[in-house]
Amino acid sequence: MTSPAKSMAELAREYGLKAEEYAVILQRLNREPNAVELGVFSVMWSEHCSYKSSRKHLAKFPTTGPRVICGPGENAGVVDIGDGQACIFKMESHNHPSYIEPYQGAATGVGGIMRDVFTMGARPIALLNALRFGDPSHPKTRRLVEGVVAGIGGYGNCVGVPTVGGETNFHRGYDGNILVNAMCVGIADADKIFYSAAPAAGLPVVYFGSKTGRDGIHGATMASAEFDEDSDEKRPTVQVGDPFAEKLLIEATLELMKTGAVAAIQDMGAAGLTSSSVEMAGKGSVGIELDLDMVPQREEGMTAYEMMLSESQERMLAILKPGRERDGHAIFEKWGLDAAIIGWTTDTGHIVLKHKGQIVCDIPLSPLSEDAPLYDRPWTEPVKHPRLDPGQIPAPANWEAAVLKILSCPDVASKRWLWEQYDRHVMADTLEDSATGADAGIVRVHGSRKGLAVTSDCTPRYVQNDPYEGGKQAVAEAWRNLTAVGSDPIAITDNLNFGNPERPEIMGQIVRAIDGMALACRELDFPVVSGNVSLYNETNGAAIPPTPTVGAVGLLADYDDHMDFSNLRDGDMLILIGDNHGELGASLYLRELLGREDGAPPPVDLVAERRNGDFVRGLIHGKLITACHDLSDGGLVIAAAEMALASSIGVTLSASSGAHAHPFLFGEDQGRYLVATRDAARVLADAGAAGVHAIVAGEAGGEAFASKELFSIAMPALRAANEHWMPDYMAAKA
Amino acid sequence: MKAAVIVFPGSNCDRDCAVGVERATGAKVEMVWHAEPELPGGLDLIVLPGGFSYGDYLRCGAMAAQSPVMKAVVAAANDGVPTLGICNGFQILCEAHLLPGALLRNEKLKYICKPVDLEIVNGNTRFTAAFGERRTARMTIGNGEGNFFAEAETLDRLEGEGQVVFRYANENPNGSARNIAGIINEAGNVLGMMPHPDRAFEAELGSIDGAVLFRSVLG
Amino acid sequence: MRARVQVFLKPGVLDVQGKAIEGALHGLGFPGVDHVRVGKTIEFDLAGSDAAAAEDEVKAMCERLLANTVIESYRVEVA
Repeated sequence: MTSPAKSMAELAREYGLKAEEYAVILQRLNREPNAVELGVFSVMWSEHCSYKSSRKHLAKFPTTGPRVICGPGENAGVVDIGDGQACIFKMESHNHPSYIEPYQGAATGVGGIMRDVFTMGARPIALLNALRFGDPSHPKTRRLVEGVVAGIGGYGNCVGVPTVGGETNFHRGYDGNILVNAMCVGIADADKIFYSAAPAAGLPVVYFGSKTGRDGIHGATMASAEFDEDSDEKRPTVQVGDPFAEKLLIEATLELMKTGAVAAIQDMGAAGLTSSSVEMAGKGSVGIELDLDMVPQREEGMTAYEMMLSESQERMLAILKPGRERDGHAIFEKWGLDAAIIGWTTDTGHIVLKHKGQIVCDIPLSPLSEDAPLYDRPWTEPVKHPRLDPGQIPAPANWEAAVLKILSCPDVASKRWLWEQYDRHVMADTLEDSATGADAGIVRVHGSRKGLAVTSDCTPRYVQNDPYEGGKQAVAEAWRNLTAVGSDPIAITDNLNFGNPERPEIMGQIVRAIDGMALACRELDFPVVSGNVSLYNETNGAAIPPTPTVGAVGLLADYDDHMDFSNLRDGDMLILIGDNHGELGASLYLRELLGREDGAPPPVDLVAERRNGDFVRGLIHGKLITACHDLSDGGLVIAAAEMALASSIGVTLSASSGAHAHPFLFGEDQGRYLVATRDAARVLADAGAAGVHAIVAGEAGGEAFASKELFSIAMPALRAANEHWMPDYMAAKA
Repeated sequence: MKAAVIVFPGSNCDRDCAVGVERATGAKVEMVWHAEPELPGGLDLIVLPGGFSYGDYLRCGAMAAQSPVMKAVVAAANDGVPTLGICNGFQILCEAHLLPGALLRNEKLKYICKPVDLEIVNGNTRFTAAFGERRTARMTIGNGEGNFFAEAETLDRLEGEGQVVFRYANENPNGSARNIAGIINEAGNVLGMMPHPDRAFEAELGSIDGAVLFRSVLG
Repeated sequence: MRARVQVFLKPGVLDVQGKAIEGALHGLGFPGVDHVRVGKTIEFDLAGSDAAAAEDEVKAMCERLLANTVIESYRVEVA
């Protein structure tokens, strides 16, 4: 592992610590650390564990609200959903491991996020994933898609939690650095939430789950480093997931919690035993002493360093109440899990590790958290793209071709190929999923009339051209998607994926995207309750498009009030809610038809967003509309086409061949919805009374998707365009 | 009416089966852990649920078929107690030799989750009688190894004796021999099927045909 | 003693993985590849010193658990 000639300072650099960070360690310890101690510092002070570059700015997020039970800082966020129940959720990235070994990287990403949720006492009930791949023509893309999708399915399907939603984009900006963001949503009794802080000294620390091997050593620091040509050599550090063990671990953990023996609990995720033990003791302001000889080990001859930094999967660390050491025994035996008491909490304020009779680590806990580096990194204001004048953007030469081109482009084309590999129905509570034609997934809260709506959203091309507006938009779109299915949006989790924060222009993206997101969260009463930051997403100096993914949850008091867009019937009038300015900056029209990615993204008017959304939710609850779809990528045309496809009925849009037909049809103005109704007069009148802009935009019926005078596409051709791209591509035919 | 759902390590549709049976029929459902050597008395239905028992390691259903409780299940099935294996439960029934054939990897090598239209080939079984004259049903599948295989003569016999209960109607999603989605034993009390009646017991789940099946056997 | 069990799908059973691998190898420019079969190898230590008795014991394991003789055949080596 280390050659004796290497100095500690050199080793520190190898572990990713900066010289000034190492200097702080020397000062706090008043001596040179040994290699184990250095390892503990390096992972606790990694970007992944310490949020050292982003913490200052994350503080801008609103994190409280009437429903918030627990905001950021624990394993996941907790919100009150009434009737004594809580919803617990979080999203987390597994970008670097998924690029190196797509199947295992994605699988362990799903496993890790589930553990974050059941660690707090919740039964996981829904999964989502937000995936960004490189350009389809890049030689690695197809294999990465294949592996990531198989890994997500292989893990989630086996554990038995439905994958009900997500999003998938392709862009050359992710060629060398894909994004795999997984979200898990769970349910618990609001008075039975479990936290990680050790409540007192003198309590037993029990390890249970799978054995510890040499998996993923330095995964947390790898997640905080740029890729280079040698990344392939990092392969052995990728962990292997065992979803069967995870399923047993969920059941055993929830059973153990029921016994009342658990005082605190934490899963072993990134940085494994180190971060779980340090965080549990540190948060409880106690000390902890572990005897590493007691750790269940899969391999022979493991060093203390390897055990502390192992990222073997499916492992938990719990602190039990006094005298309850035996409580778990029968449970662990029933579920066939390894378990051992590996130490005790102490009153020393230190973490002390023993191995083979020697003390191999003895350091105070407080510097690990309190003195963790906090950087106010220099940043520059992102260069803004000017707003594009819609009048200056050429109209399509061939309307049919234009519509079909956008409907079949990789970002819009149906992702059936991938979501058919996910079990969307296990648990028998799924009402809406990727297959059904709805803006969010919906699962019933088991045994009640309540429903939870879940979505994940980000439009990286907007964030690229204006991080502030793009950040606002990611939050607003999540809010809008939850609204379009009739739910009350309640809270979000964020997964901030960016490049190297040590570059001022990247730090500028981070700062301004957070500013925009924070504003939107405040204006929409949509607090952030958990999150994850993934930085250094770069390869050879090229950063990914800034991608602050928003995962969000909405509540339906009665799931019968939920709405989708698969229910268009002959004669339904389509009403377009919201203002239309024909914004084509950073639009799909511009990118797919004109090969341009410039222009200011559509601005988000948060007051209008809220007004329009509240109005639409009222229409849904008042049973005035039969279908609803938000407008996003590709604007009105794509929203209407998706409604027609989901409902298997034609639609004729009423726009005529005016000079500005294409900004109207393809513009991506925000805060808009397309709704179907039998009573257009009533909807228009109500909109007028509410101060909401609304116009008749078309009518359902017939067997073609058409616009007066501009285009008419037979439904089978429309469906083929939307469905064929992905299977053809994966079969290497596209 | 009383039913038992067997729970193996890695079962993940055990609750769905219990809830589906309870809501569709009002029967009392007991969960039985795989390590139990005996079943509760007076059972009107035994359900082997879907999931990934033992992680699908070695072969789907192989290790579950060796569980202590399976001796009791085999005895009860041989005594005529209606026994239903769904998805992984179907695989376990084949591995336990309560049904002929085996379930192989799907033809396209991928796990597939989708609603399927089924032809009710035999409407006179105790599991399908409540469908009456109806010869179609709709349920969802979710499997990676649902590709039914048996020797040609076994398939001929199954077809000739009315033991093919369900076939995929429009599209064969996994390459199953003769589009077979579910088969029953000669005695007519052991049914194995890949589609999930336990995900089709309420209208808001997209179909109530699973409830019809449960009511058939417990009606 | 060390036991080694190899399990393959029987010749009459379509090996979908083998077929996919064969297609991929052809695509990679190995046209001579034919009859690809995918199987698994299970190895374990076994107490005792009587090789013949051990082989019988391992065959019993194959019949009961390690192979599904409806679709699979197996080969046992004990050394």
